[in-house]
Amino acid sequence: MSQIIKVGMADLNICVSPDGITTLGLGSCVGIAVRDPVTKIGGLAHIMLPDSKEIKNNSNIPKFADTGIEELIKRIVAKGASRQRLVAKIAGGAQMFAFQSGNSAMRVGDRNVQATLKKLKEMNIPVLAQDTGDSYGRTVIFYPENGNFVIRAVGKPEKTI
Amino acid sequence: MGDMSLDNLSSQYFDVLKELGNIGAGNATTALAQMIGTKVDMSVPQVRLLDFKDVGDMMGGAEQIMAGIYLAVEGDIDGSIMFLLNKNAARHLVDKLMGTGHKPDEADFDEVELSALKEVGNIITGSYLNSLSMMTNLKLVPSIPFVAIDMAGAILSVPAIQFGMMGDKILLIETQFFDELKLSGYFILLPDMDGYTKILTSLGMGDISI
Repeated sequence: MSQIIKVGMADLNICVSPDGITTLGLGSCVGIAVRDPVTKIGGLAHIMLPDSKEIKNNSNIPKFADTGIEELIKRIVAKGASRQRLVAKIAGGAQMFAFQSGNSAMRVGDRNVQATLKKLKEMNIPVLAQDTGDSYGRTVIFYPENGNFVIRAVGKPEKTI
Repeated sequence: MGDMSLDNLSSQYFDVLKELGNIGAGNATTALAQMIGTKVDMSVPQVRLLDFKDVGDMMGGAEQIMAGIYLAVEGDIDGSIMFLLNKNAARHLVDKLMGTGHKPDEADFDEVELSALKEVGNIITGSYLNSLSMMTNLKLVPSIPFVAIDMAGAILSVPAIQFGMMGDKILLIETQFFDELKLSGYFILLPDMDGYTKILTSLGMGDISI
């Protein structure tokens, strides 16, 4: 019997096919799904902020794009995945309120996406698909079995990237 | 005080923030009653300091559809305030305010209803800020309201991220209003860390180390 593992906000976890992994209600946060297509080991991180180095109180590893992605990869590889084969899909990074000012905190969704892409590039992990930005929340479910990344939003048809 | 974080808040400070929450929510309830023209009762607000991962569960799950009204705050404190209620409760309040009769809970809000909802948020958060301002003698100027109707987790990501810059917890004030229905509303007050210090100092608590 396969199960769906739940990941909270500022949290990450790994899973092995046939299990799936989900995080509910991504807003400005970004969900990063990574898998090894051969061993079908994968994982999901739900990061809140772009950069651990910008913040003094930064011991919470899964909270940041940089440290969260590193930790996710470490755990997936430790489970037996090949570091070289890893591929990623990402979703989230919305701007929930039409609030514009010079306040960079309000554009954090976009900054989270940029930081995520940068970190994945640095680590040579190809991003196969992304569904980011806009102004609505997303629930995501990732299946390391086939790499399907299912995205649900309020009042929109479900899609798979 | 510069390194103050909500993660290691003493119980004394927590009590002060709780009391601010009580008084603010009380005033907001009065404002709500005047606006919809009926008697509204309020339960004693619950003030909670939550881990990020538990925030969604608070409101009936991260996928619960909520209306969130968000205002930036300027003046002596920089920050923001958010008022959340679930979509059914928002629908109930808007129907009452507009006097158009009850629409189905799942009906989407049209433009006029959305602006009515913003106004509800505006008045509720405004009276909350007023009471805070009177108690602390700090000038608090709210922006125009912004509204989002979406999953609780997604709306809450906005204040959670702002709290996330300071620590690993989020301070949430839950109030239940009753008119014919029981409505749960949630306030999230988000001063920057400097703002917490200013609020506490103005209440004569500034010298207590935390």
